Amino acid sequence: MDRRDILRRSAAAGLLATPAAGLLAGCATSGGDDSADAEVYKGTKSAQNPLGVAEDAPLEVVIFSGGFGEDYAKAHEAMYTANHPKAKIKHSATTEISKTLQPRFVDGTPPDVVNNSGAGQIDFNGLVSQNALADLGELLAAPSLDIPGKTVKDTLLPGAVEVGSYDGKFLVMNYTYTVYGIWHSTKLFADRGWEYAKTWDEHIALCKKIKAAGIAPWTYAGKHPRYMSWPVISTAIKFGGPSVAMAIDNLEPNAWKSDAMKAAADAWHQIVKDKFILDGSPGLDHVQSQTAWCQGKAAFISCGSWLENEQKAVTPAGFNMTVAPTPSLGAGDKLPFEAVRGTAGEPFMVPAKAKNAAGGLEFFRTMLSKQGAQDFTKKVSSLTVIAGAAEGVELPYGLTTVVKALEASGANGFNWVYNNYYRKLERNLVDAACGEFFSGRISPAEFLDQCQKGADSIAADTSIKKYKRSA
Amino acid sequence: MKHGKIPLIVTFLVPPLLLYVVFVVSPYLQAFQISTTDWLGYSAEANPVGLANFKALWHDDYVWNALKNNAILLALVPVFTIAFGLFFATMLSMGGRRGRAGVTGVRGGAFYRTVYFFPQVLSVVIIAALWKEAYHPTSGLINGILGTVGVSGPAWLGDPDFAFWCVLAVMVWSNVGFYVVLFGAAMSAIPREIYEAVLLDGASRWATLVRITIPLLWDTVQVAWIYLAVAALDGFILVQLMTNGGPNFSSDVIGVRMYDTAFGSETKFGYASAIGVVMFFLTLSVAVLALRVSRRERIELS
Repeated sequence: MDRRDILRRSAAAGLLATPAAGLLAGCATSGGDDSADAEVYKGTKSAQNPLGVAEDAPLEVVIFSGGFGEDYAKAHEAMYTANHPKAKIKHSATTEISKTLQPRFVDGTPPDVVNNSGAGQIDFNGLVSQNALADLGELLAAPSLDIPGKTVKDTLLPGAVEVGSYDGKFLVMNYTYTVYGIWHSTKLFADRGWEYAKTWDEHIALCKKIKAAGIAPWTYAGKHPRYMSWPVISTAIKFGGPSVAMAIDNLEPNAWKSDAMKAAADAWHQIVKDKFILDGSPGLDHVQSQTAWCQGKAAFISCGSWLENEQKAVTPAGFNMTVAPTPSLGAGDKLPFEAVRGTAGEPFMVPAKAKNAAGGLEFFRTMLSKQGAQDFTKKVSSLTVIAGAAEGVELPYGLTTVVKALEASGANGFNWVYNNYYRKLERNLVDAACGEFFSGRISPAEFLDQCQKGADSIAADTSIKKYKRSA
Repeated sequence: MKHGKIPLIVTFLVPPLLLYVVFVVSPYLQAFQISTTDWLGYSAEANPVGLANFKALWHDDYVWNALKNNAILLALVPVFTIAFGLFFATMLSMGGRRGRAGVTGVRGGAFYRTVYFFPQVLSVVIIAALWKEAYHPTSGLINGILGTVGVSGPAWLGDPDFAFWCVLAVMVWSNVGFYVVLFGAAMSAIPREIYEAVLLDGASRWATLVRITIPLLWDTVQVAWIYLAVAALDGFILVQLMTNGGPNFSSDVIGVRMYDTAFGSETKFGYASAIGVVMFFLTLSVAVLALRVSRRERIELS
């Protein structure tokens, strides 16, 4: 055999290999042809089966295994199979939703239920603008599983549908109800004879007292400084009314530089100027700062109501964490002191190309039943979007303060959604501005300028789909 | 050539070649194609947009900021790493000059060599986690030591004036050990007689290093240079784990920008691929340039 033979043979081997390579080379963007639609599972709708679930259709559920774990979902799955004994459920849990599921979305074979949450969350703007999500409208109109005489929509807390809606379509089911506020330890405050301040001037006076006692008044997650954007925006909304948030969400020109935002940024600058923030906070991540706070090194921290569950392991007994609304700027505030930011969180979705979309909606109906919601609250000590489902369930200390804060806030509760519409704006741009502001490197005016510049860059980016809300 | 060899060659060559084509070459080619589309990553639809992504890249301040940081890494990481590597290797193999026995290393050389190599054994993820704790502003090792002498240290990774340099220091630290061993091995191939002759002529250690050792090690240094330059253009893992590009984008690198654009705060896979294509050409040109610049006459030993 001579050299030519070798060449010939390897060329043949190469030819054999080419189809395989071509197959792989083509797969990144060429999958998901529409013929797959033929395999969609559909059952007949009836009073017992309002969503038309095919009884023997398998259901695939992917859970984000974060602060809530995955056990609650297994319990919901057991409830689903109790009602649909012929259905087989495939359960999996991951912390990397986007990396795990991206190829399956492209391929057109996504799972039926996705808990799109955590740091590896898929940007909703991208999903919605690619029509990758199923419309959940049918779920809202369906009767509740175990609350007689009510549709699923009737059982939800106010605001739950709006948060998951894009251009009027309900696409994302946010399961938990989260309150954002300022947290402190009731024990620490009782021991020292301090009382939570209702106005900003009193808050500053209290901070002075706390600092004099040798404790840092504030700490924050310096690696994720957006946590501090929440009290600043809340202060502005309470000062200027809900229209402040609407302008920000709708990317209106100079929304970040409104009078209310200016007043709020000026007020919050005081805790930076007067060095009321724990030294080194800019170098802490959320867990490190929350732990410093639990150790009594700082008195206040800004967080959502997942805080208690997240800090379970390091919270000393009798710490009694309490959530409170942001202090009022003054008598001229449009909303009372009690108003807090409450919103539905922990997003779940059914992909548009799910084989068993009806089953996905039915799974949501199971989660949103009174039994499902109560079980969730018991397991992970968090509220759900089902009104009154926590009644009769024994709640841990922090969560009882959340319930009280929500009741006191009532119809004055507010929220914003720009972080859902434009993930990059909060996660990257406002985040960076907050870092500069709260470490004292920029002034309030520069802070608002930087946020506005971020918002303008999103507004000018034609590749990002824009959403508007009017309520 | 004997007949029996052909199947052997084919068995050994074809599978790796195939793997290479399927998992390396084909993704590269795909990235080029995707970079000319507006693909958003979660559907099969992608519209060709020509070079629009590259045009947008040219005007993207965040990308330029990341590139600037990569340029600093490119300029400093190889220099520091090779300088430290050469210094330690020299000390280990010819630092000691006790007695008249000629050229020996410092006492306990084998021990030091092992210690220097430790970071190389650890996974980068562990190194990042380790240093993140060392840089912890209140309970970290560094500020702890500074505190004992009455200095209150900065927030390191939380301070835009320090964060990038902290990561750069870790990058050098984690690489030095490997080059100590590499240079050490190359030095042991240099005939002892040369050093003994130099010693007899009364050359200082510095002159020995600059005039004798480095020229004789040039091939190895060149390899190290290219390897480190390519690593400096990446830097993704350390930066992503230690600072994620922050605070305020001060430690951002191009790899983090690409990842964030596709998997982080956005799902712009087309744009991210364009960043990848730019990275590909940058890395390629840096490697070629480094090869050209450092090309020298080869010195034949013996």
